Amino acid sequence: MILKIFITFFKIGLFTFGGGYAMIAQIKEWIVNKEGWLTDDELTEMIAIAEATPGPIAINMATYVGYKKRRFLGSAAATVGVVLPSFIIIFIISLFLEDFMSNKYVAYAFVGIKSAVSFLILKAGFDMLKKIEKKLLPIITFIAVFGAMIILDILSVSFSSVFYILIGGTVGIVVYTLIDIDKKGGKP
Amino acid sequence: MIFLMLFIEFFKVGLFTFGGGFAMIPLIEDIVVSYGWLTEAEFYNLIGICESTPGPVAINMATYIGSEQGGLFGSFCATLGVVLPSFIIIVLIAAILKNFTENRFFRGFIRGVKPVVAALILATGTTLLLKNIGISLSGTFTPGWAAIIVLAAVTALYFFFKIVFKKKLSAIQIILISAVLGVLVCNIISP
Repeated sequence: MILKIFITFFKIGLFTFGGGYAMIAQIKEWIVNKEGWLTDDELTEMIAIAEATPGPIAINMATYVGYKKRRFLGSAAATVGVVLPSFIIIFIISLFLEDFMSNKYVAYAFVGIKSAVSFLILKAGFDMLKKIEKKLLPIITFIAVFGAMIILDILSVSFSSVFYILIGGTVGIVVYTLIDIDKKGGKP
Repeated sequence: MIFLMLFIEFFKVGLFTFGGGFAMIPLIEDIVVSYGWLTEAEFYNLIGICESTPGPVAINMATYIGSEQGGLFGSFCATLGVVLPSFIIIVLIAAILKNFTENRFFRGFIRGVKPVVAALILATGTTLLLKNIGISLSGTFTPGWAAIIVLAAVTALYFFFKIVFKKKLSAIQIILISAVLGVLVCNIISP
């Protein structure tokens, strides 16, 4: 069973392109439909937990499914399984990339790829922006952090992204939990 | 001690990334730039590679940066670092804290973090886009025509497919199309 968990997640890791959300479809196919390790309801619960907790979504999901099946050993097998294909492929690429990049046509291709990356990052950002609550506090937070990032970048001042996250989280705890602004019927 | 540093820095990335994949990019950029592990150009090339190879993007990036800095053991340390926070937290939730995600304080934290993450990603994307097309944040403009043309073409294609065929191009399709466009455009502009 442990081996089967490992092999299944190895396949999922190998055939998922584009990270966490692409993996949900693979997990549904292999884990829910084929193996029957999770019901559709459990899948939904798993996605909610994977999104709400820190870390790569793919790892969160693998750990969760593995644990449901075979406790700690299961989650270790699933996590190692889902990580291993990436690890092997990228490690091999890392050995050859610099030689590869000195080729003229590869360098040209990467001019294009860089444009694609900026497009993809902006698209991911807009998708996330669409999902934030349309209330005063989230919007102010968004504008403040966005502005601070751009201004500090212009000034070449470095300020770790971790601090923005911790500040945002602390404000969230104070406003939503301690003051409980929703119950008071406030606007933010 | 490079191995310990790789482990600790990527452990932090794993611990402070909320919302998966792209949310991790600003955090990893902080690290690689402040330690001088990669130039900015190398970093964005790496994102392109990690988005077009299989597996979680975070793992791909950790493995690559670890390997560049510390060989096989380096990539092991970085990958272990980025995986471990998730692993520990999810096992704890599954084993003991079944209702942890319902916790009021945790929910408040997450609600506060969401707009921050959107802003971090959009700001990162915006600065990258500006640099790509040749606008530096200090105000100079030396147009990178190849990048501008590819960007315009791929944006047009994306919305064309979305509106006409009701089909969203995947990340890997966008990257492959842009790579081909990059070769074509660069050959015409500066053969």
